[in-house]
Amino acid sequence: MPQVKSVNDFVVKFANVNGSGSASANEMFARSILRMGVPVTSRNIFPSNIQGLPTWYEVRVSGHGWLGRRGGVDLMVAMNPQTWDKDVASIDAGGYLFYDSSRPVPPSKFRDDINIVRMPLTEICNARYSDPRQRQLFKNIIYIGALAQLLGIELGVLEKLIGEQYKGKDALIAPNHQALHMGHGYAHDNLSNLCGLRIERANEVGTRIFVSGNDAAGLGCVYGGATVAAWYPITPSTSVAEAFGKHCRKYRVDADTAKNKFAIVQSEDEISAIGTVIGACWNGARAFTATSGPGISLMQEFLGLAYFAEIPAVIIDVQRGGPSTGMPTRTQQADLLICAYASHGDTKHVLLLPEDPRELFEFCAQSFDLAERLQTPVFVLEDLDIGMNDWLCEPFQWDDSRTYDRGKVMTAEELEAGKTFGRYLDVDGDAIPYRTLPGTHPTKGAYFTRGSSRDRFAKYSEEGPVYQDNMQRLLRKFDTARSLVPAPVITHARADGKTRHAAIYFGSTAPAMREALAALKADGVELDTMRLRAFPFPESVTDFINAYDQIFLVEQNRDAQMRSLLVNECGIDPARFVSVLHFDGTPITARFIIAAIAERLSLSSQEAAE
Amino acid sequence: MTYIAKPKLRHPGIPVNRLGFTHRDYEGSISTLCAGCGHDSISFALIQACFELNIEPHRVAKLSGIGCSSKTPDYLLGQSHGFNSVHGRMPSVLTGANLANRELMYLGISGDGDSASIGLGQFIHCVRRGVNMVYITENNGVYGLTKGQFSATADRGSKSKAGGFNADSPLDLVSMALMVGATFVGRSFSGDKAQMVPLIMAAMSHPGPAFIDIVSPCVAFNNHAGSTKAYDFVRAHNEAVNRLDIMEPREAIKVEYAPGTTEEVALHDGSTLKLAKLAADYDPFDKVGALNYLQARAAEGELVTGLIYMDSAPKDMHANLNTVAAPLNRLSKAELCPGSKGLDAFNASHR
Repeated sequence: MPQVKSVNDFVVKFANVNGSGSASANEMFARSILRMGVPVTSRNIFPSNIQGLPTWYEVRVSGHGWLGRRGGVDLMVAMNPQTWDKDVASIDAGGYLFYDSSRPVPPSKFRDDINIVRMPLTEICNARYSDPRQRQLFKNIIYIGALAQLLGIELGVLEKLIGEQYKGKDALIAPNHQALHMGHGYAHDNLSNLCGLRIERANEVGTRIFVSGNDAAGLGCVYGGATVAAWYPITPSTSVAEAFGKHCRKYRVDADTAKNKFAIVQSEDEISAIGTVIGACWNGARAFTATSGPGISLMQEFLGLAYFAEIPAVIIDVQRGGPSTGMPTRTQQADLLICAYASHGDTKHVLLLPEDPRELFEFCAQSFDLAERLQTPVFVLEDLDIGMNDWLCEPFQWDDSRTYDRGKVMTAEELEAGKTFGRYLDVDGDAIPYRTLPGTHPTKGAYFTRGSSRDRFAKYSEEGPVYQDNMQRLLRKFDTARSLVPAPVITHARADGKTRHAAIYFGSTAPAMREALAALKADGVELDTMRLRAFPFPESVTDFINAYDQIFLVEQNRDAQMRSLLVNECGIDPARFVSVLHFDGTPITARFIIAAIAERLSLSSQEAAE
Repeated sequence: MTYIAKPKLRHPGIPVNRLGFTHRDYEGSISTLCAGCGHDSISFALIQACFELNIEPHRVAKLSGIGCSSKTPDYLLGQSHGFNSVHGRMPSVLTGANLANRELMYLGISGDGDSASIGLGQFIHCVRRGVNMVYITENNGVYGLTKGQFSATADRGSKSKAGGFNADSPLDLVSMALMVGATFVGRSFSGDKAQMVPLIMAAMSHPGPAFIDIVSPCVAFNNHAGSTKAYDFVRAHNEAVNRLDIMEPREAIKVEYAPGTTEEVALHDGSTLKLAKLAADYDPFDKVGALNYLQARAAEGELVTGLIYMDSAPKDMHANLNTVAAPLNRLSKAELCPGSKGLDAFNASHR
């Protein structure tokens, strides 16, 4: 029997039943490896369900620090009979199947090219515990104990994590420790040397942190000075609003009065949520909403108002599989176009495209500066993969000398001094007008905000030239945005000159892309790359694209939406792009990218030979 | 509508209020509504109420949705910021504006199409949340700007100008507002300025969600025989349960209880509401009774007007959310950003 043998480089996948309490045990497993100094990344693959449907938790262990999904499974912890066949089939040849052998499984249900690790978990639990809930919960800890023994994870590390998890509920610590030891002891006595996968202490994690994107987004909004959040529950964005609330309760409650320096409204729908954000921003607060695709669809009319009436707003869109209800618990990058051109009429919106929770934290904080500077909605486009999974990323940083850019708001003093106020007047040549906030001055600076056409002084007008003048200015304002949004990250594979082909990617594709690029390079394929970070595209985006004949454009949607955007906005010949599209709802893997690019390159070299 | 601007000449004898403002200082642009439109009377009553209450115009924010009624914020309080938002969605915008700065007065002006049809959900939820505001519907039972379709408040059996018959049941915004927690509810008629002005003043003095439904006949599309929102019909079927008067703040506030006569109630801004009871059996402080009374009179074909309900100890959204006294839009970075120190703790707890 072949055995996959690997130290600090493998994939463990847990197949569980939703609602069985496995999530926290599995997360503890991932964290224990991190604590041993070995980078891991984890992905929760879960159903739209509270209890009963299948759920998976995939842990990528990578001493090299690859943090995307690799693809394939080396050790399957099969705890769900519903998905047995599929789970067993997904194991790489020579890999391992760990399962609960309390009930017999017919021999036909196994494979002869994988290694079987049997443990009678239910029997062990039933013998030790009588309470059904305890049987269920401790079963998870028992298998973690057994895996620790199989893989060489230090028990002390897990014990410490249990202590941290149940801090304040100390009575739970000892029983969990016991369960851990029970599993470890059984594996020691019965399963020794069955597994060729090992964790060895290393020092590859450094100061990095293990954090989910939605937690980071909520924190970024606190740091960005948001005081108003209006939202409607929708997977996978709900935890953004919840994280904002959590961080506000920690950082934003006035010490003297116990009053809140924030307001969170759970709206009756997404239309109301964006309306409340627009109302708050119109009145000078920093406000945001968090939603997903269906919410963006509902917000369209209001987004057009905010664009046209020039009101700041921040929308965090945690993208999921669309269209319609689509795959609500799966990931995609399929809201690019609906966000970029949200609402009827001619519109264009600013998009920020973070690659991981750290950049998401930064972009959320920055989005309020951009929204107020540009007086327009700003979308932070993350996705379920970043939002709802714990990612290993660089620690968050904040420069205390940083100030908020509150944009062009005319003050009572300026109005009093006789400064001309025209709400839609381009005074500075950057097409960004000045605004006043309600209540500023008794006799100067009041204006009427409307979604209908108006002149430079906010007076209603249906005159063609007046309307056009305004629409052209909005376009020029979008040009101004080009220079304010985050620039793309461009890397050159060689010190001397450019490569023949290049690749463009963005968002949560980044970690899988990095791994794929390294693997391709090892095979002699070098690619210069550009990671897009925002729309509108800065000049450097067009310059980069124009330097290559053929460019791989990696996206997680069916229709190559980024390609449409680049073709449309930069005037590029669509034939120059080779799309690599992954849209089955799971996060893109390094193996997928490598295969797609390698296949395309071999095709083109064949064509060249012919 | 007229297109001739009023002269800006000011007669030396023109009355000024305590702030030195004249009536003109509370006016806005020239109305573009039809001559005789009930909505213009409501605008005038709002102007009068602000003048009488010595409100600084710039401390009011006027918000509306889409429709004839929603155009009216432009025609009053020209020194106030206004926001003509999206059809049926003014309540959410007003909610956000109120969250940002609790110190201003929020005046929401809407219509029956805007609040009872497309915006019914937002209307209900905004009231539910206890947003401190004065929310007025200028209710004419008809879509004016699109030329005469029935709205959701049109009574069953009423006839449209084009001869159509309304078979659908009407929505009563007053009952709904009561049921979902409005702490001040009134109804009036645009043809009755004496009732409207003090009712609006009382609503403006009320620190909670105040709602007034004002029946406002549409002279172009809903003022004919067979309409239940026509001037003649409303005059004939209007049953005022009380008459109000608002008095300036004074030291001693007396409350008398003498059914059928008058009652004086202290308002939160220090002024006094004098309530003359016209219906001896009506108590505007009894919410359940009010709901019953509305139903009973509606069954008789009567339209109850006046102060329908008032909670004398209202709570608003900011109280529910426990927000700081300072407006949220005025908090500085130092008050909002936990800085690098906060991040050190966050990073440490995620390893």
